Amino acid sequence: MTKIPGKQMVVEALKKEGVDVVFGFPGGAIIDVYDALEKDGNIKHVLVRHEQGAAHAADGYARASGKVGVCIATSGPGATNTVTGIATAYMDSIPMVVFTGQVPTGLIGNDAFQEVDIVGITRPCTKHNYLVKDVKDLPRILKEAFYLARSGRPGPVLIDLPKDVQNAKAEFNYPDKIKLRSYNPVVEPHSKQIERAFKLIERAKQPVIYAGGGVIISNAHKELRRLAEYIHVPVTMTLMGLGCFPGTSELSLGMLGMHGTYCANMAMANTDLIIAVGARFDDRVTGKIEAFAPKASIIHIDIDPTSIQKNVKVDVPIVGDCKRALKKLVKAVETDGRPPEVWKERAQPWFDQIRAWQERHPLTYKKEPGVIKPQEVIEKLYEMTKGKAIITTEVGQNQMWTAQFYKFDEPRTLLTSGGLGTMGYGFPAAIGAQMAFPDKLVVDVAGDGSIQMNIQEMATAMEQRLPVKIVILNNQFLGMVRQWQELFYNKVYAATEFSVTPDFVKLAEAYGAKGFRATKPEEIEETLKKGLESEGLAIMEFAIAREEGVFPMVPAGKATTEMLLV
Amino acid sequence: MKHTLSVLVENEPGALSRITGLFSGRGFNIESLCVAPTLDKTMSHLTLVTNGDESIIEQIIKQLNRLVDVYKVVDVSEGEFVEREMALIKVRAEDETRAEVLRMCDIFRCKVVDVSPKTYTIEVTGPESKLRAVTELLYPLGIKEITRTGTIAIQREKKTI
Repeated sequence: MTKIPGKQMVVEALKKEGVDVVFGFPGGAIIDVYDALEKDGNIKHVLVRHEQGAAHAADGYARASGKVGVCIATSGPGATNTVTGIATAYMDSIPMVVFTGQVPTGLIGNDAFQEVDIVGITRPCTKHNYLVKDVKDLPRILKEAFYLARSGRPGPVLIDLPKDVQNAKAEFNYPDKIKLRSYNPVVEPHSKQIERAFKLIERAKQPVIYAGGGVIISNAHKELRRLAEYIHVPVTMTLMGLGCFPGTSELSLGMLGMHGTYCANMAMANTDLIIAVGARFDDRVTGKIEAFAPKASIIHIDIDPTSIQKNVKVDVPIVGDCKRALKKLVKAVETDGRPPEVWKERAQPWFDQIRAWQERHPLTYKKEPGVIKPQEVIEKLYEMTKGKAIITTEVGQNQMWTAQFYKFDEPRTLLTSGGLGTMGYGFPAAIGAQMAFPDKLVVDVAGDGSIQMNIQEMATAMEQRLPVKIVILNNQFLGMVRQWQELFYNKVYAATEFSVTPDFVKLAEAYGAKGFRATKPEEIEETLKKGLESEGLAIMEFAIAREEGVFPMVPAGKATTEMLLV
Repeated sequence: MKHTLSVLVENEPGALSRITGLFSGRGFNIESLCVAPTLDKTMSHLTLVTNGDESIIEQIIKQLNRLVDVYKVVDVSEGEFVEREMALIKVRAEDETRAEVLRMCDIFRCKVVDVSPKTYTIEVTGPESKLRAVTELLYPLGIKEITRTGTIAIQREKKTI
C-alpha cells in the first residue's frame, strides 16, 4: 500500500465519514491540511471570519442535520478561538470533530510561535481529545474521533495535528469496524426496568412526561408521540427538547422551568409520576431542588448514567438510548391491552386541572399603543413562517421569548445554546443550518447585544450566498441581565445599557445585504414580510419596548411554584 | 466517609490528567493517588482515596466510568481489602534520641535505609493508620522530611478487578 501524508489522511477520513462540508479559518500550522482539501476538491469548505463562527456553524450544521459537524482552525489563537464553540457543543451534547493545527512535535512545550496546549485547555470541555504524535496513529484516531463524537451521549472531539505529522507519511489503514476497550455505552435498556416503569405508569393518577434534548438526539420523537398519545399523558419540554413533541398538540404543556409556562410548572409541582426522557433535571428546570416535584415518583430514561440520580432521587432509572427505551415502553403499553380510550378517560380529571391552570395564567404580555412588544414580533414571525422555519436564537430575552411564543412541532427546528447559554451562537449556527438545508427558511432571532458578538459572519453568509434572515429585537440593553437588575438589584442598571448601537440597516447594507427596520407595531408585519421574502441575507430590526420582561419567571433559589407573572 | 477506588485506565498520555481534572473541576476531593502500569503495559492501575457521602461517591464512580479512557472502576472499600502505603521518614537522631528512633523502628518493624551522624531515614510500610501512628510518635523527636507514596489497595480473596 502506498504511503500518504497525514494531511491527506484527514481528507480521506472526512470522505469516508460522509462529511460534505467543513467550516474553518486557516493559519500557518494548518496550511497543509487546507492544501490537501483544496487539491482533493470533494469537500466544501466554508471560510468564516472568526474561528468561533466556525465552531458554532459546525454545531448548527450538526443540530439541524443530525450529522457530525466539522471545523478546522490553526494553532495558538485559532485554536483558543474555538473553545467557546466547543464548550457550547459539549454542554448540549452535539456531535462535532474539531481539527486544530499545532507546532511541529519538536517545538511542543517550547513556547513556540502560536503554540498553545489546546488539548490541555479543552480537556474539561471535550468528550475526548487527541494530540497526534505519530502519523501511524492518525487513521485509528480519525476513526475513533468520529465514532466517539456521534455515539452514546454525543459530544465534541478535538484532534490536535502538529505540522510535521501532517506531512509525515504512513499507510492509510482506515479501520472498518471499531471497538474501544474502555468505551461501551449502554444503549439497550433493561427489560426489567421497563416493566417496573410500566407498573408505575399504570398506577399514576397525574403523570407528566418531561422530555429533553436527548429525545431529539436519539431521533425518538415518533416513539414519544405514540406513547404520550396512547396513554394520554401531558408532555412538557425543556428548552433543548422543544420540537421533540408538537407544541401545537393539546397534550403539550409548553416549556417548563425558570421561564416556562405556568401550567407546566404547576403540573410538575403536583404530579405523582414524572416520566423523564432525555433530560437531566437541570437547575433551570428544578428551581429550589428541595421543593421540586414533592409528590412525584420518577422514571428516568437517559443514555448517560451520570445524569441519573445526580440532582434528584430516581425511582426507576433506565440507562439506554431514548428511542429504544420508548419503543419498549410503547410495546409494554400496547401488550397490556387497555385501549387509548380507556387511558384518555382515566386522564380526564388531571386534564381538567391542567386546563384550569392554562386558563388562569396563559402565556401573555401587555400591548402598549405605539410600542413594539417583542412577543408580538415572535408571534407574527410564527404566523408568517407557518411554524415551519428553522429558528436559531442567541441568548437571553430573545431566546426565551422565542421558546415561549414560537410553537415548534418538529425536532431540529430550534437550534439554541441551552447548556452554556452562549451569546453570539445563533447567527453562525444559522449559517451552519442553512448549509445543511439550502432550501429551507432559516431565521436567527437575536438581541442587539448578542448579534454583535459574531456580526463578522455577515461576510461568510454573503460569500456563500446563504439567505439567512436575522430578526433583531433591539432594546439597547443587555436585556436579560437588565431584567434581573430590575427585579433583584433595585433597578441598578450596572453595565447593561448600550448607549451606542450600530444602525443595523446600514450595517447590513455595508455587507451587501438587505436591512429593514420597524419602530411601530403597525410596521411589524410589513417589515417581517419584506425581510423574509428578500432573496438573500437580510436583517429585520425591531425597536422594542426597552424594559420589557420575560414572564413567567422563577427567581433563582425559589421553588418553581413561586413564579413571577406578567 | 472515606472510600478507596481502584481504577483501570488506558495507559495513554493525558488519561491521568483527565482523571485529576475531573476531580478538581467537579469539586471532588483526592486524598491520595497512586498509579502504575499493570502486567498489561497498555493498561494502568490507579488507586484513589476520596471522601464524600453516598450520592457523591456514586457520582464520582459514574463520572470516572464515563471517561473514554477508563476501563473499570471498583470501590474496594465496599468489601474487604488490603490497603498499603509506604513512607520514607528522615528523623533527627542525635545523642539521646538516636536509640529511641531505633526502638520505634523495632516496634513498628520499619527498616533503616539511611544513616548519618545526625539523622536516620526509615522506611515504613503498612495501612494508613500505621503510617499515621509512626509519624505521630516520631514527630516529637524531630522529623526533617517525610515522603509518602499514597495508598494502594487490592480486594481480598478471589475478587479481582
